[in-house]
Amino acid sequence: MSVGRVIRISGPLVVAENMLGALMYEMVEVGEDRLIGEINRIDGDKAYIQVYESTSGLRPGEPVYRTGTPLSVELGPGLLTQIFDGIQRPLPIIAGLTNSIFVKRGVKTSSLPREKKWYFKPRKELVGQKVSEGTIIGEVAETSIITHKVMVPPGIRGTLKSIVSEGEYTIDDVIAEVDGETGRTEVKMYHRWPARFPRPFHEKLEPTEPLITGVRILDTLFPLAKGGTAAIPGPFGSGKTVTLHSLAKWSDANVVVYVGCGERGNEMTEVLEKFPEYTDPWTGKPLMERTILIANTSNMPVAAREASIYVGITMAEYYRDMGYNVLLVADSTSRWAEALREIGGRLGEMPAEEGFPSYLASRIAEFYERAGRVIAKGDPSRVGSVTVVGAVSPPGGDFTEPVVMHTRRFIKVFWALDASLAYSRHYPAINWLMSYSGYIDTVSQWWSEKVGKDWLKLREKAMNILLREDSLREIVRLMGTEGLSEQDKAVLLIAKIIKDGFLKQHAYDKIDAFSAPRKQYLLLKAIINIYQKILEIINAGKATVAIIEEEMQPLFSELIRARYTIPNEQAELIQKLEDKIIDRLAFIAAR
Amino acid sequence: MSYAESLGKKIVTSLTGIKGPLIFVKGASGVAFDEVVEIELYNGEKRRGRVLEVFRDLAVVQVFEGTTGISLTGTKVRFLGKTFELPVSESMLGRIFNALGEPVDGGPPVVGEEWRDVNGEPLNPAVRAYPNDFIQTGISAIDGMNTLVRGQKLPIFSGSGLPHNMLAAQIAKQATVRGEAEGFAVVFAAIGIKFEEAVFFKKFFEKTGALSRTAMFFTLANDPPMLRLLTPRTALTLAEYLAYERDMHVLAILTDMSNYAEALREISAAREEVPGRQGYPGYMYSDLATIYERAGRVRNKKGSITQMPILTMPNDDITHPIPDLTGYITEGQIVLDRRLYNMGIYPPINVLMSLSRLMKEGIGPGKTREDHANVSDQLYAAYSKAQEVRGLAMIIGEESLTSRDKRYLRFAEAFETRFLNQGVNENRSIEKTLDIAWEVLSLLPEEELTSIKPEYITKYYKKKGA
Repeated sequence: MSVGRVIRISGPLVVAENMLGALMYEMVEVGEDRLIGEINRIDGDKAYIQVYESTSGLRPGEPVYRTGTPLSVELGPGLLTQIFDGIQRPLPIIAGLTNSIFVKRGVKTSSLPREKKWYFKPRKELVGQKVSEGTIIGEVAETSIITHKVMVPPGIRGTLKSIVSEGEYTIDDVIAEVDGETGRTEVKMYHRWPARFPRPFHEKLEPTEPLITGVRILDTLFPLAKGGTAAIPGPFGSGKTVTLHSLAKWSDANVVVYVGCGERGNEMTEVLEKFPEYTDPWTGKPLMERTILIANTSNMPVAAREASIYVGITMAEYYRDMGYNVLLVADSTSRWAEALREIGGRLGEMPAEEGFPSYLASRIAEFYERAGRVIAKGDPSRVGSVTVVGAVSPPGGDFTEPVVMHTRRFIKVFWALDASLAYSRHYPAINWLMSYSGYIDTVSQWWSEKVGKDWLKLREKAMNILLREDSLREIVRLMGTEGLSEQDKAVLLIAKIIKDGFLKQHAYDKIDAFSAPRKQYLLLKAIINIYQKILEIINAGKATVAIIEEEMQPLFSELIRARYTIPNEQAELIQKLEDKIIDRLAFIAAR
Repeated sequence: MSYAESLGKKIVTSLTGIKGPLIFVKGASGVAFDEVVEIELYNGEKRRGRVLEVFRDLAVVQVFEGTTGISLTGTKVRFLGKTFELPVSESMLGRIFNALGEPVDGGPPVVGEEWRDVNGEPLNPAVRAYPNDFIQTGISAIDGMNTLVRGQKLPIFSGSGLPHNMLAAQIAKQATVRGEAEGFAVVFAAIGIKFEEAVFFKKFFEKTGALSRTAMFFTLANDPPMLRLLTPRTALTLAEYLAYERDMHVLAILTDMSNYAEALREISAAREEVPGRQGYPGYMYSDLATIYERAGRVRNKKGSITQMPILTMPNDDITHPIPDLTGYITEGQIVLDRRLYNMGIYPPINVLMSLSRLMKEGIGPGKTREDHANVSDQLYAAYSKAQEVRGLAMIIGEESLTSRDKRYLRFAEAFETRFLNQGVNENRSIEKTLDIAWEVLSLLPEEELTSIKPEYITKYYKKKGA
């Protein structure tokens, strides 16, 4: 392939000439340092290249080498527990290679470990049979939690000619051969897939099961389904990252891909340092064993930020194809959109709203559409899912800005973070009036079958109390509580208990951090039952809310504290507490 | 020998245009992006600049000292073949420099032990160590509720006329890690500040004896914008050297980042870039991140960089792009409040709007005290509830409040006058801070303290002189 020549450099944008025949989105290596870049515009023999590393020191006249392939992700065993940069370079290995605490330029290393031997168990019975893309030909225990299914790479079909016997192999070893129409293909434990293209699947299904996160306000009020999409927008300091970390830690996904896109370096370090210490509540194993990290921190090159999201979701789809439920967390999609804006600006594109390129909405749509619950290709038949949660960081907390606005069109769950809740340290600071979930009906069946029949009803009651409280607050703000009816006063009392005892959740408390579905249900049920009892008493005129509040304060405090005093395993204690409170209420009424 | 001559050079004399801080140079073949240039004016005066863009043999150069007096004829531009580097050494502590790292205190030039690119490089997230050493600043509102830890970047969001300089100076003086005798080395970057402010800091460091462990980089308000962009970078380049090569704990104070952002906008406008919010360039987030992210700790290295940038919010508006983008990058913020300041409370920290993201790692048994996290949560909850009550009292009058609500009002007052308020020389230990917190919390009925574990209530609630 011919070698191009750099003629212009402006930050991450490089223009090269003599590039006739170059492909759109082809990967190229720029300059003597062979910096990695991607072609994003072709004009005659000139190619416009966005470079993923700092172009400091690059000169016109330096060579540009073409690779002939688009930006691709290496998929195979060795992805889990690793931390990669935005273009899938393993960061710990880069640190070792360069012996530097900084990320140096032009470092080349393979994404997956080449020397490591994996114990491969083949499906011998397939020899001589027809196989096609996605067919599982064997497996490797990648970590103690995840069995890596080795699949026939996309685009290959034919008769399985041979397969190696059980034993240790590196990913470069040929483990099988497939005879197809165009000849024999060697299959290894890894293959490459272009990051910007969705991986193929057999059929897309509707999500049905909830993704349990252990965060009460999410699971009970605004549930997310496996294979669904959610956005979590909020101003700085409202707890986006803490909430996303909670999802990555406690959700019942099999594999978590965490993309730190233009965010803080220390947040990635926190995941790296803390996750090995936490155990997954669902398997009891260290959390890191199911986690892949992609880190393009805010001070790393902007162009790679744009790529990091695609690299992450490609990995997520790969594990989905094995039949796993994968959660992809992207923090933050705003930084990704800003990278699009910066690159678009340098290309001299016509800007749309707030300088963002006009294709912003379609890029966001393409990204969220890669989520879903699917039947994977190949044999045996299996179902996997990719759930996508994207953080959005709107400037000034303004939800009408373009990234939030367009994201809302393509997601089904909206967890709106609220600065005023955060200021009063009500965490998670998710505003229950602005948030919504499109999966309530979808997941209510699961809840009523597995947890409690009346889940949907309890949820509705709780929402109604919160809505009523909001309108009452307006009145209280204007004239105090004096003018309110006893029924309304009861709403205020219960709303306070719901907020302090159910919605608030301490992300770092040993007991409170993860709330099992059963505990969530019992807690909500207790609160609603108590509310019914109070209504009964005041409707019968046997006591006033003021009297109840005065006398019951210690017991109500106990109920509010239950979220961090009663562990999941002893959730039934909540019922005892509920009985105690109801008895006491009955006693007050009987006086 | 000039800096240029020491390096070997390429001289170009054909300028094709001058605009704002930019000059356009033709015939500059083989020039590298980001390369440093030396510009010699017709009268022999020398200035420095940086290559912003190259297109074949045409280079766009940004002149650090501004383009006043530069002419298309008679100007020589030397391309120095490398990016802008700063000589760094430990002997820079105790000295005062300009934005280019040249001494301005009349002392001898610096003999660099090493030359470092001022733009720095991104720290590899895989080698970072998560910050978790509690820094005692001696200020209750910070130590008790917005704890600073070593390696954190915690800005002060202030407004014009508020005592942010005093607060920063007090922190620089008092900050210690308990159990360690040595204080911090301070790297101080004054970015486009007023002359009097510069003098205030200089005098303060001299008076407190901290000058010997302080390196100061000054750009004053009337210096050209390019120098304002350079100042935090030169300062942090020294900080990185001291932290990662000399095992020092460095406290970097950058004031005022609003002046930095203004300079960024000015230069972006001169380059005719598409503006983002309020005219600030779309890449301001990434640009600010290349400054703020130069803080932290690294595994297997003893030193650290703790950053305390100061910025004045235009019109006290926290949603303005400068504080907004800063808040998205830094690990929390300390917000100063005009209402508290007018009430005579120092430091006038609005705790409800303030936050330290790394607090949870720096507190607790063995670091501060077992009850610290609960106490802090409760102070927040109670003070925010008290603000609601205050709002209610304004409408219906204090007499109509319930007795519980009245106790919240008393709590809020005590919280502001006893917990927040302290002297400019008052250095409170964390125990003292927590004891005062319990004193003010004890004004509330016990059942109200739902954020605190029962055992701590038994131990600390209403214990006089605890």
